[in-house]
Amino acid sequence: MTCELTQTVLHGYIDGELDAARAADFERHLISCAECVTALEAQETLHSSIQRAGLYERAPASLRQKLQTQLGTTTRSSVTPIRNSAPWRLLAIAATLLLAVSLGWRLFPALRGSPSGTDFASAIVDAHLRSLQPGHLEDVQSTDQHTVKPWFDGKLDFAPPVHDFVNEGFPLQGGRLDVVRGRTVAVLVYARRKHLVNVFVWPTTEPDSEPLSGSQLGYHWITWRKSGMEMCAVSDVSPEDLAELHHLLMQ
Amino acid sequence: MSAGVEGKLDVLDPQDQARFEQLVLPHLDAAFNLSRWLMHGRADAEDVAQEAMLRAFRFFRGFHGGDARAWLLQIVRNTCYTWLEKNRSVDLTTEFNEELHPQPSVSPETLAIAGDNRERLTRALEELPVRFREVLILRELEGCSYKEIAAITSVPIGTVMSALARARQRLQRVLTQPPVQQKQAAETGGRP
Repeated sequence: MTCELTQTVLHGYIDGELDAARAADFERHLISCAECVTALEAQETLHSSIQRAGLYERAPASLRQKLQTQLGTTTRSSVTPIRNSAPWRLLAIAATLLLAVSLGWRLFPALRGSPSGTDFASAIVDAHLRSLQPGHLEDVQSTDQHTVKPWFDGKLDFAPPVHDFVNEGFPLQGGRLDVVRGRTVAVLVYARRKHLVNVFVWPTTEPDSEPLSGSQLGYHWITWRKSGMEMCAVSDVSPEDLAELHHLLMQ
Repeated sequence: MSAGVEGKLDVLDPQDQARFEQLVLPHLDAAFNLSRWLMHGRADAEDVAQEAMLRAFRFFRGFHGGDARAWLLQIVRNTCYTWLEKNRSVDLTTEFNEELHPQPSVSPETLAIAGDNRERLTRALEELPVRFREVLILRELEGCSYKEIAAITSVPIGTVMSALARARQRLQRVLTQPPVQQKQAAETGGRP
C-alpha cells in the first residue's frame, strides 16, 4: 500500500461526499493508479456485501409495546399506537413498497407471498442492487433526452418529463418501464458521480405537494407531486444530492 | 437498568406530544439498530434503546428542529456509552490515529467470498472496537452523511472520512484473516 489516497479521498468518493471538483480530480487519478482502482473495487464489494447481508435490525414489537405503554400512560392523552401515529412512517413504508413492488415484483416472484420482516427488507436492497447490474437498469439506454422521451411514447398513457441535467452533475443515463401498484410507471435513471438514481414517475390527480424524504436501510428517497405527476427519487447518494435533483426536476 | 426512567415522565402538551410522535418515533428502528450494534446482546440493546427513547421524550422540549434522526441517535449513542462504561471494561477510547499497517492488498474476489457469509460479517463487525463499529453502522446501515456522523459521534467533520477509512480497513483485515489471527486482531484492536 503506497498510495495514500486509498486511505482518504477514496472513501469520500465512495460515500458521495466529495464536491464535484475533488471527485473529478480523483477520477483523473484513478486512470493512472491501479492501486486505487483495486481498493475502490474492494470497498465496493464490501459495501455490497454489507447491504446484501441484511444486517439492519428493526425494533422488536416488544420494545414498541413497552414504549407505547410508558409514553402513553404518562401523557394522559390517549396515545394512538405508535405504528399508526406517524404519517411519516406510513410514507416510508409506502416508499419501501414502491421500491419493492417495482423491483421485487419483477425480479422476485417469491416475494409476492410474504411481504414482511427483515427478509423482505434485505430482499428489497438485494433487488435494488440487482437492478444496478448491467442490463437490468435501462430499457432504453441513452444520454439524449430526445431519444429517451419518444421511447416512452406509446408505451405509457402519460408523458413523463424527461430532462438531462449533465451540466448540473446529473447526467441522464436512460429510462425503463416498471410496474408499481399494478400500473405501469416510467423510471428515469440519472448518474451522480459513481452512483445511480432511479426516479419513478406516475400520474396523479392529487394536488402539488412539498417534498418528503427519508431513509431506509441506507438508501435515501425523496418524493413529491407536481403538475399532475408524482415522483420518487431513490438512491444511495446523500440526501443533499437527492434534494438537488429534486430541485432540478421541479424547474 | 431502566429504574431511573420508570418514574413519571414529564408531561408534554398535546402539541409537543404530536410533534414527538411525528418527528422522533419514526426513527425507533434506527435507534434500535444502532443500539443493537453498539451493545452486546439483544436484551441489552432493547433496554438501552428504550431508555434512550424515554430520554429523548424527556428532553424533547430542548429539541428545536433540525435533523431529528441525528438528534435521537446522539442520545442513543450516549446512552450506550454510559451503559458500556458502567457495565464492562470496554475500550471506548480508540482514537483514529493508529498507525496504518502495511498489508498485502486484498483482492475484491477474496473479500467477496469472505463478505458473502452473513455470520462471518456479523462476527467481524462485532469484533471491531466500538468507535470503528459505530461509524460503519451509521454510514453503511443507516446511510448517514458525514455531517450527521460527526454530529452523532462528536468527532470533527474533517475526521469522519479517515475514521471510516480506518474502520473499513480494519473490517477488511478481520474479514480476510484466518480465525486465529482474527482473534489476535480483535485483542490488539483499538489500542493505538
